[in-house]
Amino acid sequence: MDFKGFDRPGRQGGGDIRSVKVMIAGGFGTGKTTMVRSVSDIRPLTTEETLTQASAGVDDLIGVADKSQTTVSLDFGKIGLNDSLMLYLFGTPGQERFWFLWNGLFKGALGAVVLVDTRRLASSFRAIEEMERQQVPFVIALNVFPDSKDFPAEEIRDALDIPAHIPVVSFDARDRASSRDVLVALIRHLKERSAVAVEPR
Amino acid sequence: MSAPRRPSDPSGLERYYVLTRGRSGPGGAAAGLDVATLVVSRPGPVPGLQHEHEEIVRRCREPLSVAELGAHLGLPFNILAVLLSDLLDAGRIEARDPIPAHVAGRGPDLALLEEVLSGLQRL
Repeated sequence: MDFKGFDRPGRQGGGDIRSVKVMIAGGFGTGKTTMVRSVSDIRPLTTEETLTQASAGVDDLIGVADKSQTTVSLDFGKIGLNDSLMLYLFGTPGQERFWFLWNGLFKGALGAVVLVDTRRLASSFRAIEEMERQQVPFVIALNVFPDSKDFPAEEIRDALDIPAHIPVVSFDARDRASSRDVLVALIRHLKERSAVAVEPR
Repeated sequence: MSAPRRPSDPSGLERYYVLTRGRSGPGGAAAGLDVATLVVSRPGPVPGLQHEHEEIVRRCREPLSVAELGAHLGLPFNILAVLLSDLLDAGRIEARDPIPAHVAGRGPDLALLEEVLSGLQRL
């Protein structure tokens, strides 16, 4: 009846558009949303998940008495890579304890960028552990804040106990080209990783 | 059901209950929906659908991710997934999952990574 948006009737409307996703992880306040905002083609949006009875088994939430509903948000953006391929970027919720909620949050992701604020390394420990536990390939991106001390990446690598084959790069999350370069570093890492390991899982 | 009253419950739970007719999660085909899954509607008339279903069909004439739909409609993922599952069952939409870098048993998809890389380098 109404085929607006379709060049041809049938199932041709954007029929060959595909998507890939990359997760942007890191502790609270490390610049995840800033990075998503600076590289996204669209104004970043927020999607929500509602936690209800699922909280029953989670210690952290027991104390949040009587709250029948907890909402966790996921900021995201997208980049049109070419006419038929969309890259979706999802900033993980700051509270890592909610990650379990996201049915397959990391499943199907190409990989992840873990943002680190060099002034507060510990805030990203949990995100790094989570990537390792879920076997999500990742790169470390040091978000250089104006008052960050100039740490050599190798010093940070030691402090975070990051193996030599995982790239550690510095960038400015506010800058589009700089954020893009981090994504390029991730994809290059994924390619190298694929070349080395026959079948990593 | 076609014109639910403005919910008096500020948490929105009542509205969600009405929207999903009390179902708390999607079944069948929609159980594996991802936030980056692309939804595209199949051409056809929309009359007769529940308002929210109609809205989804209308918005997905061009492929739209589940996350974008959720943001535009102001619906949390699990509620939206129930509605999408209805539409999938009724054959009104198609869902296309994001392409992983590795497909079990087939090894890494180098062509895909190369395509992503050249797209990024053009930005």
